[in-house]
Amino acid sequence: MQRYSVFSLVSNALRGNQHWERAWRDPDPKEEYDVVIVGGGGHGLATAYYLAKEHGINKVAVLEKGYLGGGNAGRNTTIVRSNYMIDGNTQFYEHSLKLWHGLSQDLNYNVMFSPRGYVALATSQAQMDASAFRANSMRMNGIDAELLTREQVQKLLPYLDCSPNARFPVYGGLWQGRAGTARHDAVNWGFARAADSRGVDIIQQCEVLGYLWDGGRIVGVETTRGNIRAKKVALAVAGSTTLLGQKAGLELPIESHLLQAFVTEPIKPMIDYVIAYGTAHFYISQSDKGGLVLGGDLDGYNSYAQRGNLPIVDEVLTVAKALIPALSRLRVLRHWAGVMDMSMDGSPIICKAPVDGLYLNCGWCYGGFKATPASGFAFAHTIAKDEPYETNARFTLDRFRRGYQIDEKGAGPTPGAH
Amino acid sequence: MLRLKCPHCGERDHSEFAYGGDAGVKMPAIDNEDFEAWYQAVFIRKNPRGRHLEYWHHVQGCREWLKVERDTMTHEIFSVAAAREVEEGAQ
Repeated sequence: MQRYSVFSLVSNALRGNQHWERAWRDPDPKEEYDVVIVGGGGHGLATAYYLAKEHGINKVAVLEKGYLGGGNAGRNTTIVRSNYMIDGNTQFYEHSLKLWHGLSQDLNYNVMFSPRGYVALATSQAQMDASAFRANSMRMNGIDAELLTREQVQKLLPYLDCSPNARFPVYGGLWQGRAGTARHDAVNWGFARAADSRGVDIIQQCEVLGYLWDGGRIVGVETTRGNIRAKKVALAVAGSTTLLGQKAGLELPIESHLLQAFVTEPIKPMIDYVIAYGTAHFYISQSDKGGLVLGGDLDGYNSYAQRGNLPIVDEVLTVAKALIPALSRLRVLRHWAGVMDMSMDGSPIICKAPVDGLYLNCGWCYGGFKATPASGFAFAHTIAKDEPYETNARFTLDRFRRGYQIDEKGAGPTPGAH
Repeated sequence: MLRLKCPHCGERDHSEFAYGGDAGVKMPAIDNEDFEAWYQAVFIRKNPRGRHLEYWHHVQGCREWLKVERDTMTHEIFSVAAAREVEEGAQ
């Protein structure tokens, strides 16, 4: 792999930028691999990268039915944070945030990670108390968190409607300074390039149709580009988990729901931080191109449609305007929806499947983007060693059967509510 | 926007309704002590890409609970009926 550096930038510029190597190869699938990862999103590619880097397993293929970044990797709002409270989640997401902070250097690819800080607004005394509880749990785990007063929030975010007429008056907020955003496509491409340079085959336009079996064990996959044998098959397919799980005979605690997001026309720098507004489940940040990126609640009924629906557009933009009145004349440029594999407790599943030879990485609900590096790290460990890494020990499939749900939001087994 | 044809109120926007989840789930009888039956009902979902039987509550209309068959990929709606009538009929 040609390394990116100031020197490579200058020398390529002087030669008219005609001699850049392509970022990753486009190989035909081989007959057999040590590990086949289904799903070329962030999680799948990160898993391949860490398998090669941490465990020396580089006979790996990543199979993607469309193109890289065409699924949920390109359908999120790029927010990265680790303000989690429940044991299991706290340590996992903090590991992820630590990896984010060194990711561009590690991958030799600028993922445009921007630790600009994150404010979760509280709009009642009860929410302030909950924020204090959360901040304390975070700090006890060595994670940065700070409670902001109303005056501090107002100073930080002068464009908020903090007037007595505000629909939900601001009481304060929870601040995490190391949180921020990253460029989602760059994360995908960076992991793809780094995995490829360690020998991983990235195979696009290759849909998995079923599995190859030997007795009760999965020993490969049937694809649109032929059969591929593998010692281990790992699923990282977000919205398609149920369908590929069923083909392996698994019934999973998952429902698919839509999450929509929006980007406005670009404006001058206005929103310096990531702002979340729990009362209406709304979040907003400004991209490096100037567009405001915002999103809200799930559509809330089972769907695989990957396209949005007007009631949520109406709801999200209403909240945006109520919170920041200055946005009222902005036009929305684009809007998209991703299929979320909502687990029954709102937390992910990274573990060996109850079928030999199969490994599961699913149930990310709508928190998958921030988890990308740690998910890949933990999943690679689980695949390589046949046992969980310390951060995903609780993310098992059998936790539902055993009564160890990780219910961060306290919403119970109602996927649409997490 | 989905449009559901409520048997009492006629065809209405789905924003008048609240989604009530998978209607294919069979809740065990309250005195059933079989762990597996409860586990399946509480946590496991078929989650099909295609025809799906589900509950909707006409919250901002007649407040009837409805049983709807809908395609989760195309959003085509095949049937809408009052849940109590369909379920009484089945018994």
